[in-house]
Amino acid sequence: MSFLIGENMTGGYGGADILHDCTIAADQGEIAVIVGPNGAGKSTAMKAVFGMLNIHTGRVMLDGEDITALTPQARVAKGMAFVPQTSNVFPTMSVEENLEMGAFLRRDNIQETIDQVYELFPILGDKRRQNAGELSGGQRQQVAVGRALMTQPKVLMLDEPTAGVSPIVMDELFDRIIEVARTGISILMVEQNARQALDIADKGYVLVQGRNRYTDTGQALMNNPDVRKSFLGG
Amino acid sequence: MELLNALILMANFVLVPALAYGSQLALGALGVTLIYGILRFSNFAHGDTMAFGTMAVILFTWWFQSMGINLGPLPTALLALPFGIAICAGFVLATDKLVYKFYRQQRAAPVIYVIASVGVMFVLNGIVRFIIGPDDQAFADGERFIVRARSFKEWTGLEEGLTIKVSQGITVITAVLVVAALFWFLNRTRTGKSMRAFSDNEDLALLSGINPDKVVMVTWIIAAALATIAGTLYGLDKSFKPFTYFQLLLPIFAAAIVGGLGNPLGAIAGGYVIAFSEIMVTYAYKKFVGYLAPGDWSPDSLLQLLGTNYKFSVSFVILLLVLLLRPTGLFKGKSV
Amino acid sequence: MTMNRNVLYFGIMAVLLIIVGQFQSWNLSLSILNLCLISAIMALGVNIQWGYAGLFNVGIMGFAALGGLAAVLISMPPVPAAWAAGGGGVLLSALAGAATIVGCIVAYAKLPKGGIRTAIIVAIGVIGFFIMRGIFVPATDAIESVDAAKTGYLGGLGLPVILAWPVGGLLAGGVAWVIGKITLGLRSDYLAIATLGISEIIVAVMKNEDWMTRGVKNVNGLSRPVPYEIDLQQALWFQNLCETLGQDVVTFSSIFVKLCYAGLFLIVLLAIFWLSERALKSPWGRMMRAIRDNEISANAMGKNVTARHLQVFVLGSMVVGIAGAMLTTLDGQLTPASYQPLRFTFLIWVMVIVGGSGNNMGAVLGGFVVWFFWVEAEPIGIWLMDTLTSGMAEDSGLRAHLLDSAAHMRLMTMGVILLLVLRFSPRGLLPEKTGHH
Repeated sequence: MSFLIGENMTGGYGGADILHDCTIAADQGEIAVIVGPNGAGKSTAMKAVFGMLNIHTGRVMLDGEDITALTPQARVAKGMAFVPQTSNVFPTMSVEENLEMGAFLRRDNIQETIDQVYELFPILGDKRRQNAGELSGGQRQQVAVGRALMTQPKVLMLDEPTAGVSPIVMDELFDRIIEVARTGISILMVEQNARQALDIADKGYVLVQGRNRYTDTGQALMNNPDVRKSFLGG
Repeated sequence: MELLNALILMANFVLVPALAYGSQLALGALGVTLIYGILRFSNFAHGDTMAFGTMAVILFTWWFQSMGINLGPLPTALLALPFGIAICAGFVLATDKLVYKFYRQQRAAPVIYVIASVGVMFVLNGIVRFIIGPDDQAFADGERFIVRARSFKEWTGLEEGLTIKVSQGITVITAVLVVAALFWFLNRTRTGKSMRAFSDNEDLALLSGINPDKVVMVTWIIAAALATIAGTLYGLDKSFKPFTYFQLLLPIFAAAIVGGLGNPLGAIAGGYVIAFSEIMVTYAYKKFVGYLAPGDWSPDSLLQLLGTNYKFSVSFVILLLVLLLRPTGLFKGKSV
Repeated sequence: MTMNRNVLYFGIMAVLLIIVGQFQSWNLSLSILNLCLISAIMALGVNIQWGYAGLFNVGIMGFAALGGLAAVLISMPPVPAAWAAGGGGVLLSALAGAATIVGCIVAYAKLPKGGIRTAIIVAIGVIGFFIMRGIFVPATDAIESVDAAKTGYLGGLGLPVILAWPVGGLLAGGVAWVIGKITLGLRSDYLAIATLGISEIIVAVMKNEDWMTRGVKNVNGLSRPVPYEIDLQQALWFQNLCETLGQDVVTFSSIFVKLCYAGLFLIVLLAIFWLSERALKSPWGRMMRAIRDNEISANAMGKNVTARHLQVFVLGSMVVGIAGAMLTTLDGQLTPASYQPLRFTFLIWVMVIVGGSGNNMGAVLGGFVVWFFWVEAEPIGIWLMDTLTSGMAEDSGLRAHLLDSAAHMRLMTMGVILLLVLRFSPRGLLPEKTGHH
């Protein structure tokens, strides 16, 4: 069984179900990417794994423990971190304060983790006193990822981290994400830029209308002619 | 000489009173802006919270006075202040538990909170009048003046005197201390930062494990403390009358909005902007111009832009201008 | 079901008024009824704003006061001596004020953006203000010194007072338009704060501008739309009527006058009620409710939400203005100092919330119920305090204090009622019908 797995999840935001028997998993040090057309329930699937919507069927397991009933906050305490797509920083707080807030639950010394984040994202170290709201879009995303890393999570979940940033910044961000994964953290990511994302993915999930359509390694999906034709634009 | 006289005149009738009044407004507006930033509604009960806290301070002051406890030259009310704050904070926390908490859990629209705060205002209004009555209450004691007009004149040989009341001095010093402490708290402590984070981005704050109940509780306590301090200083400086405190709501809201709702720095600046405009617009410049004009000429009219009866309209006009030209306020609040 | 509830609640209301009539006096009962009718109209106006559009107006007092002002300006006889002394000056200063505003607007529109423009606008404003005041102050001083004890103001137009009702509505609507234009479209709190401010200012103006309203000296003896008691008592037909009914002429004359008022007020109430019901059921009303229930999607559907809100805010304020004029007509005098926010703004809010926001019938019922208890709470409160403290010594200081303070209990009670209804029965006594179309 995978380190993190959302198994046979079915559910939605109260009304009709959006997810239907959907399964998403990621192992330690692995990058798992969810792709699919607009409205396929990509973000919803991720939010279900994080406990932000109710699933009435299926379960979510983390390191062999059933966490289906836990609130998102409790899941953070268990070692999951989530980077929302938008408003994912504290705009009137400095970069360093953003990181401190990320480590709010920790009572030990966080300076080491802050230094690690600065090492990963050197630009943040340079701008540590600047307010996050004054940074460029790409830098803000780095703050958001850095904030999430401050809890020293075992799982990092990213909701479209490259939405609205330039291709160069996107490549840079993906490189950093690979670096994070190498430290042993599982990464679960929803991406609009399917081709680039699958390129770095160990595992890929293609969702259509809330169901798993294709599940394979990133490379295999890239090579699958059906996937290429329908989802990667030829 | 004439120029000096004119300057002293302005200092005496505009600068000193406006500094004191501005400090009082700033403290009041800080409370409003904090509540707005964290709980996301305009608290209409704030003026009456000030009245309630001040009432508690007055009752303690009377008690201390009856026991012969005093602070020598300083007003006894300063000694009673911590007790008043405690009572006010207790009351405010009770209203949160009984009234606002429910709407938070419901994630109600802001306007519902505003209406609920109007209900709380009614209740506070009733309680204050029930306990201490609707009339003026005097509770200032100790030394009255730091600088007396007469001794100032003798000392400088000028025609114009400068008066600085103890209450004015205390107001400004207290305001500086309170604001410094508040900013230290917000910028340097873990709880303070978590409050700013909560105000910035509630969802992300929750994701980071910040406890919303604690943030809300601390916010109410600080708001109650600010309200009590502002109310007591205002009462010492002018006088305590419940209805006046209700009327302070308008300049306080104006100060908070001018500065940018939700922005503490803005609230302070807004307080002084409102206070100085109010006093400068309602001051009669006849004598001032008389000093500056050559010879013995002096203008016939009072040269007063607006009667003091209309001082509240000054805050209102400023409020409207800000809403028209820059709805987020001078310091970019989270408005609109 | 709702029909039955309507009948039930209004039935209870009628019984309560009859009880007051029987056990206290019919004069009192009718006074309460008349104010209930006026309160119901005010509550209707507020319900149009809150119930139809979710707008929180904290300045009801100001709009009601404007209605009162209209009653004076329309019905009082003009004071020729005052007009001769300063009427021209006042008009001239008004003209100067208007010219200043126009000047500022023209400068704003024509000049290029920048510091110079701001400086010029400020200069025009300040100079214009001084010119205006230079004309205005001597003129009003002259007016106020004309027989200050009796007049000292310009008076009105000397027209029938009933004309003041629509005029009061127009005045209130005009002010509402300005306020709404500035604050609607921003956060909902801003409208609340701005209306709170404008109402304080309107009342401050009425208290201080003696040349217009005689300020705290009040304007007495407004003409009436109904007969005077003294005339009735001398009229032969009335004496005959009393004889056939077996009533005392003096008592019945005042009851008859109150009945006349009640009839007039009822006509206005029914007319406004009918109009607002028609509006609510029209496509316009459906759209208003759609906007209220989901502003974002209505916006997305291309509805101009802010413009609709402005319409509804102006209409609601007009209704309040009409009711304000009616109230002053009933009182027969304008007492600026009597405009208290707790009585005129927040009490009306309690009426709307208690009655059932969004439902006109509910607002009317709220007006009746809350006014009734507002009036009757004082004797009940005093009686209650008296009973509670009867164990204490006659000369006990605490007892005296408690008895004195009983009046303030009203405020607290109203606050508690507002909070309780908002929390436990937010849809009020008569909830809005949420039928599907």
